[in-house]
Amino acid sequence: MRTTKDAAAAMRLIAGIALLIGALCGADRAYAQSTPLEITVGGGQFEPLPVAVSDFQPATPAMELVADDLGSVIEADLLRSGLFRVIPKAAFIAQPTEFNTPPVYADWRAIKADALVTGRVEQASDGRLLVQFRVFDTEAEEQIEGLQLLSDPADWRRVAHKVADGIYSKLTGEGPYFDSRVVFVDETGPKGDRRKRLAIMDQDGANLRYLPGADGLVLTPRFSPNDQSVLYISYDTGEPQVYLTNLDTGQREMLGTFPGMTFAPRFSPDGGQVVLSLSQDGNTDLFVMRLADRQMRRLTTNPAIDTSASFSPDGSQIVFESDRGGSQQLYIMPTTGGPAQRISFGKGNYGTPVWSPRGDTIAFTKILSGRFHIGVMRTDGTDERLLSSSFLDEGPTFSPNGRVLAFFRESPGQAGRAQLMSIDISGQNLRVVETPNAASDPAWSPVRK
Amino acid sequence: MKTITIAIIGAAALLAACSSSDDENVDAAATNSASTIQTGPAPNTVEYFNVVVGDRVFFDTDRHDLSTEAQFILSKQAQWFAENPGVTAVIEGHADERGTREYNLALGARRANAARSFLISNGVDASRLRSVSFGKERPAALGSDENSWAQNRRAVAVVEGAPSS
Repeated sequence: MRTTKDAAAAMRLIAGIALLIGALCGADRAYAQSTPLEITVGGGQFEPLPVAVSDFQPATPAMELVADDLGSVIEADLLRSGLFRVIPKAAFIAQPTEFNTPPVYADWRAIKADALVTGRVEQASDGRLLVQFRVFDTEAEEQIEGLQLLSDPADWRRVAHKVADGIYSKLTGEGPYFDSRVVFVDETGPKGDRRKRLAIMDQDGANLRYLPGADGLVLTPRFSPNDQSVLYISYDTGEPQVYLTNLDTGQREMLGTFPGMTFAPRFSPDGGQVVLSLSQDGNTDLFVMRLADRQMRRLTTNPAIDTSASFSPDGSQIVFESDRGGSQQLYIMPTTGGPAQRISFGKGNYGTPVWSPRGDTIAFTKILSGRFHIGVMRTDGTDERLLSSSFLDEGPTFSPNGRVLAFFRESPGQAGRAQLMSIDISGQNLRVVETPNAASDPAWSPVRK
Repeated sequence: MKTITIAIIGAAALLAACSSSDDENVDAAATNSASTIQTGPAPNTVEYFNVVVGDRVFFDTDRHDLSTEAQFILSKQAQWFAENPGVTAVIEGHADERGTREYNLALGARRANAARSFLISNGVDASRLRSVSFGKERPAALGSDENSWAQNRRAVAVVEGAPSS
């Protein structure tokens, strides 16, 4: 049986949503903690972990279709992370016939599967979807994860993402991120007169929808830490202003009326404050707004452009860009105000800094010798690494576990087109994130509850 | 009553154009009165402002200071605003595509403000001039080359309250 820690976690209800997650008892022998199977992901090259995802077994013929679909979404998540090699089913020697029977480990070792995933899908008596899965270490011959999820059948994709998150987290030691969403700007129309509207989709591109009212010319959406609302810029009044829209109710409101343009908003980690830029008489400074009473507190006062601020995960500091030193560079200052410390010292210009949810890294856009890069550095400015390069790469946003960056890449010329991209913070696994139209300004949500 | 007043002002402005500024217009008017309208926009029109006065000034990369040429055009704009007291304008600040979106919004605001401030210091009432930044969102030239970018680093006065042509 599993350890007491796992038993305690069994059947815990995650508040407010349809997914019920609980631990499963092991299919075979006692869980040994001595030889955990884990990928170590650092910088540089690494070998993706070979994993076999056997077909999820339908309890009844009516469950066959959803079982297949679940398997496809899980495999696609694992593959897209770049950390796994999913072994083709054609190579399988054995299929586990009964979910609760231990696998024949030798059959999985023979096809070089370091990890094996098995699963079962059934309809619970109340009509809900019940998905169980196990992860096995084929070398140690033991089960290393076993969970069950209960949900509304309509949320089957979220169940698949939760399963993939469970596999991913167990095997990499990283936090989950597959059950998350991306809000972005959908772009249509000619380059000189783009129509820009807000769209939201699952991180794998599914379930795309447009946010009502956020249309015409809208820019730079940002997710709230509670996953419920989005800040963005709209030209509705003829001048850029910060808006807040509730994703569930569709209600939207302008965040106060100010003499001048407001832009570059970002939530504090507790969701109670918004840092933003206010531009008056041509000068742009940083302010913090308390959402409860819309009170504004000035953070910077100087003739430079201070913008693109992002909170540290503990809320005590912000990183932002400023040209106070003569060129666009990155600075850190306390959220309560006070002196700012410059942290970027390389050649070129730095902009759009975002603080990693892990706290130790800052991602940014760098403009160097006419090319745009997405890069990362430590919060003290050391260990700068450029991850991407093109005519225009801009606006990184961290996955909720801090492991992946999404950004947008735009091609040059009259027919230039923006598209969403993602890359691992190691610099591996650069991918296009498919969208129906051109797309820019991605912002990643937290992991859904 | 109101419409009659406007018609008289319009006719006076047209006459002023014929008699003072443009010799070609005078010649054309002398030979063929019907062609007067075709030779150039009337000076109280948006078209005249955009084409003859010049509705826009340009900036160097990442700069918002006004060149001698930009100051010359803005001086002409200020004079035109003085001659057309009923007109207001939105000064749009723009940037080329070689910067990040948010920085370019701030840079566009600087450029719009530089042009607006010059107009105000040259006698245009501040209440007649709003400003707005479009950053890199509304390029005038669509290429990705030095010439296009130079055309896009601009502050444009979009006048309101004047006849279009």
